[in-house]
Amino acid sequence: MKTDPDRRPGRRKKKITASSVVLYLFLGIVTVMQVYPLIWLFLFSFKDNNEIYSGNAMGIPTVWRVSNYTEVLTSGNVSIFLLNSIIVTGITILVSTILITTSAYAISRMQWKLSKAFLTYILLGMMVPLHATLLPLFVVLKNLGLLNSYLSLILPYIAFALPMGVFIMAGFYRNVPREIEESACLDGCSIYRMFYSIVLPLVRPAIATVAIFTFLSSWNELMFANTFLSDDNLKTLTVGIMSLSGQQGTHWGPIGAGLVIATVPTLIIYFLFSDQLQKSVIAGAVKG
Amino acid sequence: MDKMLRNKKTIFLFTFPTFLLFTVIVIVPIFFSLHYSTLKWDGFSKEIFVGFSNYRNLFVDNTDGFIQAVINSLVLALISVGIQLPISLLLALILARGVRGERFFRTVYFIPVIVSTVVIGQLWMKIYNNDYGMLNAVLKAIGLGNLANAWLADTKTALASVFAAMLWQYVGYHMLLLYAGAKSISPDIYEAARIDGAGEKDMAFRITIPLMKPILCVCIIFAVTGSFKAFDLIFVMTGGGPLHATEVPTTLMYTTIFSRYQYGYGSAMAIFIIVECLVFTLVINKLFSKNVDN
Repeated sequence: MKTDPDRRPGRRKKKITASSVVLYLFLGIVTVMQVYPLIWLFLFSFKDNNEIYSGNAMGIPTVWRVSNYTEVLTSGNVSIFLLNSIIVTGITILVSTILITTSAYAISRMQWKLSKAFLTYILLGMMVPLHATLLPLFVVLKNLGLLNSYLSLILPYIAFALPMGVFIMAGFYRNVPREIEESACLDGCSIYRMFYSIVLPLVRPAIATVAIFTFLSSWNELMFANTFLSDDNLKTLTVGIMSLSGQQGTHWGPIGAGLVIATVPTLIIYFLFSDQLQKSVIAGAVKG
Repeated sequence: MDKMLRNKKTIFLFTFPTFLLFTVIVIVPIFFSLHYSTLKWDGFSKEIFVGFSNYRNLFVDNTDGFIQAVINSLVLALISVGIQLPISLLLALILARGVRGERFFRTVYFIPVIVSTVVIGQLWMKIYNNDYGMLNAVLKAIGLGNLANAWLADTKTALASVFAAMLWQYVGYHMLLLYAGAKSISPDIYEAARIDGAGEKDMAFRITIPLMKPILCVCIIFAVTGSFKAFDLIFVMTGGGPLHATEVPTTLMYTTIFSRYQYGYGSAMAIFIIVECLVFTLVINKLFSKNVDN
């Protein structure tokens, strides 16, 4: 490709050249590769076993069987799985947000000797793979009689959300001008009042970022959920559907519908907050 | 104001719950794992201290395929750095240079990253299915029907098939990081280069990529440690089978602990994975910092 001064972003309209056709063709093919499987899953979820096995596993369904969705939501356990996922993820996000916003504030704003050391300590958590904690947590939870409880997932999910969350949050607090807090406190309010009604509203975008991150990691988490829960009434969506699809004589259509139901919330949140999410992924990687 | 920010009670209240939960759930278990790894223990009967013999069993006279599992994960790391990252880099450079629909492509390429691994795994199992899978259908349609295969059930193709799905899932992730790196380079530098008569290719190889070294370093570390820690997708698609063909250290650790009840031996694997990740992170960092000095 030769240089063309107009090829920088935001310049004049580009001429249609052979190289730009190739370029968009390439981008288009990658787009299809990244998205097609999801479209395929959507189509799959409206079929029945007959149709899948008789050669139409890929194409448009001959009949759109909405009944797959009603069946999976009413008769199977999927609605329970969905509820479990919502409860576990919801509590995780709520509690982790409280812990992250407060401790990151103490780290980046309040004055105490160990604040730097504390931050370093928490950031160590980014290096710890989940696998290294799996068996110890399993043994401890078993001894405490906490296996097969929401808590057995909520506690680890919160704990593993802390390092990344504190890191992103502390970075945000540093960019909030001190004057705002100082002028707010001329009339002498308490620190809790100031934190809640002055500081938190200022860092709302960061809270959203952290919450999305926590949502994705706990909604999709597999290893802990698969190990700590065996009771069908407590399983989260991902694990529940995995166990359903392992059973003999599986009805693939309703399973597909279940997979779609598991995916739709993440897609909605992704499309609503995709810029925020992309920023948070980048912020999490550039931890220096 | 300052007095308020030095209030010990508030600091304690703000940090202690985080400290406690983090310590108990993230840090303490590592020491437990270290301890378990020196035991012969099935979780029920009395534990016996065996020193380092679990670690020795990983490599000396090993019979459960741990060495092969480590080799598999090294291969995954290698192709992740050698195939996946170049694709991500190419996409990142194209998008960062500014094409119409930049934001659309960026958003779409990232979708597989956010979708649950169970969903991704089920998808790829259908794609690879011998009877009705998309891959075999495509092969038959283009006249290569004799290549059709039960991809995940054949020990010769299972590993490559699983790895392909994993590379596919995370192309968008690396693309995003590299894109951010490329975007952060000041346009003035390109302007100057263009005045000096540099072409697109020159600029990519002489300016953009060298300036992206820090983020490339991060991506390589993520790709390598991510390969060592890979678990979810393999667990969903093959569980390490058929006949251990797709086994990696994490899946072997899982079955060692939860199917064979070798708690001590499995913990030695867990510790091995942590140490492996740490060592590679340090080495890659070192290599890159040396490069920057020159």
